[in-house]
Amino acid sequence: MSVVDQVREASAPSSGTRRRTVGSGVDQVSLGWTIAATAGVVVASIYFLAPVVWLAIASTKSGSQLFTTPGFALADWNLWTNLENLSAYDGGIFWRWAMNSVIYSVVGSILTTLVCAVTGYALAVYRFRGRKVLIAVVLASMLVPTTVLAQPTYVLLVNLGLNNTYWGVLLPTLTYPFGVLLAWIFAQDAVPLELVEAARLDGAGEVRIFATLGLRLMSSGLVTILLFAFLGSWNNYMLPLLVLTDAELMPLTVGLTGWNQASITIPSLQILTVVGSLLSIVPIAIVFLTLQRFWRSGLTAGGLRG
Amino acid sequence: MSTMPTGRTVQASRERDRPAPSDQAPALPRRRRVGGGGAAPYLFVLPFVVLFVVFMVAPIVIAIVNSTFSSQSSGLGFGGASTVFVGVQNYLRAFGDRDFLASFGRVLLYGVVQVPLMMVIAATLALLFDSALVRAKRAFQFAVFLPYAVPGVIAALLWGFFYQPSVSPLVQGLQSLGIDADLLAPGTILWSVANVGIWSYAGINMIILFSALQAVPSEVFEAARLDGAGDLRIALSIKLPMIAPAVLLTTLSTVIGTLQLFNEPQVLQSITPNISSDWTPNMAVYAASTLGRDAHLGSAMAVILGVVTLAVSLLLVRATNVREGGNGR
Repeated sequence: MSVVDQVREASAPSSGTRRRTVGSGVDQVSLGWTIAATAGVVVASIYFLAPVVWLAIASTKSGSQLFTTPGFALADWNLWTNLENLSAYDGGIFWRWAMNSVIYSVVGSILTTLVCAVTGYALAVYRFRGRKVLIAVVLASMLVPTTVLAQPTYVLLVNLGLNNTYWGVLLPTLTYPFGVLLAWIFAQDAVPLELVEAARLDGAGEVRIFATLGLRLMSSGLVTILLFAFLGSWNNYMLPLLVLTDAELMPLTVGLTGWNQASITIPSLQILTVVGSLLSIVPIAIVFLTLQRFWRSGLTAGGLRG
Repeated sequence: MSTMPTGRTVQASRERDRPAPSDQAPALPRRRRVGGGGAAPYLFVLPFVVLFVVFMVAPIVIAIVNSTFSSQSSGLGFGGASTVFVGVQNYLRAFGDRDFLASFGRVLLYGVVQVPLMMVIAATLALLFDSALVRAKRAFQFAVFLPYAVPGVIAALLWGFFYQPSVSPLVQGLQSLGIDADLLAPGTILWSVANVGIWSYAGINMIILFSALQAVPSEVFEAARLDGAGDLRIALSIKLPMIAPAVLLTTLSTVIGTLQLFNEPQVLQSITPNISSDWTPNMAVYAASTLGRDAHLGSAMAVILGVVTLAVSLLLVRATNVREGGNGR
């Protein structure tokens, strides 16, 4: 299975200890190169930051000043009014969407992580019939394009009577083969079989060993899965768009794009879409950037192992 | 999970250096290798297996079965529609649909430009961050990575404001310079969508390549440096080839993501008439299933898209295998 080799190949190009780059070879570096490199990085940073900065500035403007004042210049401070209008619009539907997004993401990512953790743990700790088949299936399914599944999944959910329900959006997101693969790798690293055996000799049951020992030992790896699952649910768009017809159940992505569409005929919605977009970015940015250490270590780990 | 196009493959790289599970076993009592834990492992994998069968296997089967049927309304349209087996007729309709075929051409053109451009940007930034040339790396990396924390749909909304002449600081800025840019015109819209993709995903690809670069042992290029090779030379002829597997993998997942293109154009559709409802293959699937009210045709299109995506992925994997084999591994 060549895909497996590819996956294994990924980032660790060769063995060797991790290298420190800071300061290495500074003396050989010419001033011209430093200036050119810094300029390049500054330009790139401006490109990547500008839309977000614009969004923050635009959120403080009134609906009419959004169109009449220069984009990156502050105008009258209207943020609080905008927030009030946002909260009042359509009986506070925005906060309903925000709550839905939180429910989909928090419940979804926790359940996903648990499913992945228990499966990966089983693959690492036990030798059972069908194990190899399961591993092959997990690896192969990573090549299945997920958005292509959206339409038939929708058909399936209609048949199950789960369309237009919370479960209809939640359940499909729980199937996360890559998470299983990660959990398996983490479990191999973190759960010593001797420890499992010792717990068994102490009379602990298999479920208890997993719940008290396995989960704890795997916890740092599971944070990575949790974060990616959280981001995946928070960004989920095509499936909820297909599955949900009831505005009360929609996540922020579907709700806000709906507003954006409607703002062609209802201009006052434009500024609300702007403020709503800003609010939808803030929590995920904070979560991702504060937990950077965790998922970054997950990414670097391939190289660290050396 | 198209928003995390590449993270998955690289994370999986830890697998590479670890001994296969069976290699660890000799240290353990023999009986544990076979079936230790009784029914527990089956109980443990059950939730995933059930979910997998219901939400991955079943949809694929449903799509294939559905694509061979068609609902035909009975005469006056009152008696409700009946579903009849039509064989490959839906596929013939899909292949006969010029717009559907054109959508594949569109994502091909998009991919040919956007994928290399983004990889060059990501690799250049990764090499710069890996070099000693740039100070305040953390702050700059934060800036480059921030868009990854912005949901793809919101990123499209955001850039949508930058493309609409009435609010766009970009269009207004260009106008003040005397340039009359229409970023939503038929000829430019493809690149405006591509820009959203680059903005969203260059950061995560940069991080992955940067992680791979950090793992290149310094001895490898210290020798070259002693021989008088410059930083640029070292970056291009030593560092880049050494992270080739990571580059190929990020490219692979970006290509897969491109074929699935949906969120960004679907959102931008509301601000321009130049994005049709079947602008990309995935949008055509969506449009046929919802607007066209023909889920059967939609299923056939989904199957076609799935097969094309799978074929392209396998071709890429094969091509990279061949190339690496050629390097005498």
